[in-house]
Amino acid sequence: MIHLEYLDRRHSVQTAPVVCMHCDSPTCAEVCPADAIKRTDDGVVQTARKPRCIACNNCVLACPFGVPKMETSFMLMMKCDMCYDRTSAGKKPMCATVCPSQALFYGTNEQIEEIRPRSTPINRFKFGEQLITTKVSLMKPRAGRAEYVDVTAAMNEQSSGKSITLNILEDMHQ
Amino acid sequence: MTMQTNREQITTAPDGRPDSEQPRWRQDFPIDWAQDHYVARRDFTRFLVLTSLAFMVGQFWIVFQNFFRARRGALPIQRIAGVDELPIGGDLTFSYPGEHDQCVLVRLGEQSYAAFSRQCTHLSCAVVAEPDRRRFYCPCHEGAFDIASGSPIAGPPRRPLARITLDFRQGAIYATDVELRML
Repeated sequence: MIHLEYLDRRHSVQTAPVVCMHCDSPTCAEVCPADAIKRTDDGVVQTARKPRCIACNNCVLACPFGVPKMETSFMLMMKCDMCYDRTSAGKKPMCATVCPSQALFYGTNEQIEEIRPRSTPINRFKFGEQLITTKVSLMKPRAGRAEYVDVTAAMNEQSSGKSITLNILEDMHQ
Repeated sequence: MTMQTNREQITTAPDGRPDSEQPRWRQDFPIDWAQDHYVARRDFTRFLVLTSLAFMVGQFWIVFQNFFRARRGALPIQRIAGVDELPIGGDLTFSYPGEHDQCVLVRLGEQSYAAFSRQCTHLSCAVVAEPDRRRFYCPCHEGAFDIASGSPIAGPPRRPLARITLDFRQGAIYATDVELRML
């Protein structure tokens, strides 16, 4: 379950893929009243368990990254589970396999740093007071010294139609 | 075996404090898959143990009940009516042995009486005496019982009505016992 989000639909056709970040402390599972969202030993947060999910939408509203989607026809929350059927058998997730530009990459930190030497992975995000550590990383410019991505601050930033810069990294412009 | 080895917690609570400082419900509703499986198995075992324990207590309860039922003794003797109060072909409703156990007495001949519980043996509706048609009639499902023996003659009932044992003393009719009959 990967989905595309428009960054600024009014001015641009630019999209960003949204995959589950597989948090160390998954907010979706924390808010689940039915005890339906589970995390496997390898840290992958799974789709809600069908016998338990009551389709209450709590996880959809709570996830700071907007990952879980309610599949109303199944009465089930479905989300990116890192293509668990593939990754548990040693294959790459489908999104990373088909991505032509390596915008989505599945591998070790060393491998991605070799491919993109000017960037470095970051896996800490701040939403207001909540600091989240994730399994999935974003790539940030190596020059920046940010310790985390301040998402709330980025939301207040206005992007222009001409130059879309995602200045979501703290201390970037200092 | 794999379950045992993988049971270490990998998910951290949002406040970041260690497990020992977390509220107890976190143990019962773990986010980690392996722990959740473990809890489920533990609950199942608990269910089995408690259910079998309940069955065992139930068996003792039945023994206990039987013990007291045997000691409860004979039912009371209750006067129903005078011998001549009821005309031939008449019927009289009374309660025996309890206040809510309705029975019916019918006079079939000069010296012939019969008394039965009114509880239909099908679904416990109250039967109605119809001496002119020589039957007890249950209006719920068109059941009928023979007026003299109480045995089923029509409809869904398969067992005869419970018979009230009668005794005649000093010109009056007394109920002395309830005789439950199987087939």
